[in-house]
Amino acid sequence: MGIILPGQTDVTAYGQAGRSTVEGYDPKVHDKFFEAVSTELNDKGFLVASADDVITWARTGSLMWMTFGLACCAVEMMQASMPRYDMERFGMAPRASPRQSDLMIVAGTLTNKMAPALRKVYDQMPDPRYVLSMGSCANGGGYYHYSYSVVRGCDRVVPVDVYVPGCPPSAEALLYGLLQLQKKIRRNGTIRR
Amino acid sequence: MSEEKLLKIAEQAKSDFKEGLIETIFAFGELTLVVERERIVEVLTKLRAEPYRFHQLIDLCGADYPKRARRFDVVYHLLSLTQNVRLRVKVMTDEVVPVPTVRDVYPNADWYEREAFDMYGMLFSGQPDLRRILTDYGFEGHPLRKDFPMTGHVEVRYDEEQKRVVYEPVKLTQEYRRFDFLSPWEGAQYVLPGDEKAKA
Repeated sequence: MGIILPGQTDVTAYGQAGRSTVEGYDPKVHDKFFEAVSTELNDKGFLVASADDVITWARTGSLMWMTFGLACCAVEMMQASMPRYDMERFGMAPRASPRQSDLMIVAGTLTNKMAPALRKVYDQMPDPRYVLSMGSCANGGGYYHYSYSVVRGCDRVVPVDVYVPGCPPSAEALLYGLLQLQKKIRRNGTIRR
Repeated sequence: MSEEKLLKIAEQAKSDFKEGLIETIFAFGELTLVVERERIVEVLTKLRAEPYRFHQLIDLCGADYPKRARRFDVVYHLLSLTQNVRLRVKVMTDEVVPVPTVRDVYPNADWYEREAFDMYGMLFSGQPDLRRILTDYGFEGHPLRKDFPMTGHVEVRYDEEQKRVVYEPVKLTQEYRRFDFLSPWEGAQYVLPGDEKAKA
């Protein structure tokens, strides 16, 4: 996130310093970025940023996800939003209504009979909307690829942004996929999708 | 203990149903009664009453034996909680001859019969609501029949022009895997093709 700060040209990349995974980590050294933001706020009481950045920031920070649990993947999806992995700390909250959600997590086997319903739910979601396909079955039919009743990949019915592999993917993997989606949103940075 | 009970039940059934009972099979500690198709309602009614007390219909399912003249089995699984025994009752039928419905004996047979009809296409006479229950709307064929192709006949896709999900004939990008049991990878106890002249 590139908040433009006067007099700060060598701002460390977002969240890179002061992090235990970064080489040469020193807890006493604060993240330059946050330090700068903090000084700016203390000094002037406001921040200057580009509209794009604010919009993508708001968008990534409030991914309300439509629960589309179709099979056992749904259990892992629930797990991801439970306290252990706690998706809510990234601003993601489950919504039961497609009209209030930004992201649909297709978790499980999509059958032929369910396909029109899935499309209908997707069509009801307001733009910008994102789809995350979770697990082998949703990605490409998986175990049921040759079955007479299963759609061979939910991308035949809705456009998919992120595929999370696994059978089922662990809650951690789903969370990683969601962070990738946030990255994608941040990178695209458009208002219209 | 339940073996003795089951054998007693078999004896009782033989005297109760006489020629209505085609065969009794006792195997693996389980008792199966093969019954005349037309008398299934009578048999189940009696099995539900004293002294059998099979109050619960656990499941009603089908089986397909394509080489047989009457290719389908309809299998009724009964449970008696008071006697603590289970019983299997079978009737044989084909695609055109209906089996009398048992929903008046066991009300839950209603949906089970619909499922059996959906999966195998056997008919149930007296069943007022013989619709498909599990497969897709407008599905053709009966998927659990042995002659039904595993991949079915149609697949779905969203059509961008028509703005709806459309059905198309199945087109597989990769053939279904045929497993090669002559694989050289593990513990082969036979001579592989091409290796006849090779000496170890």
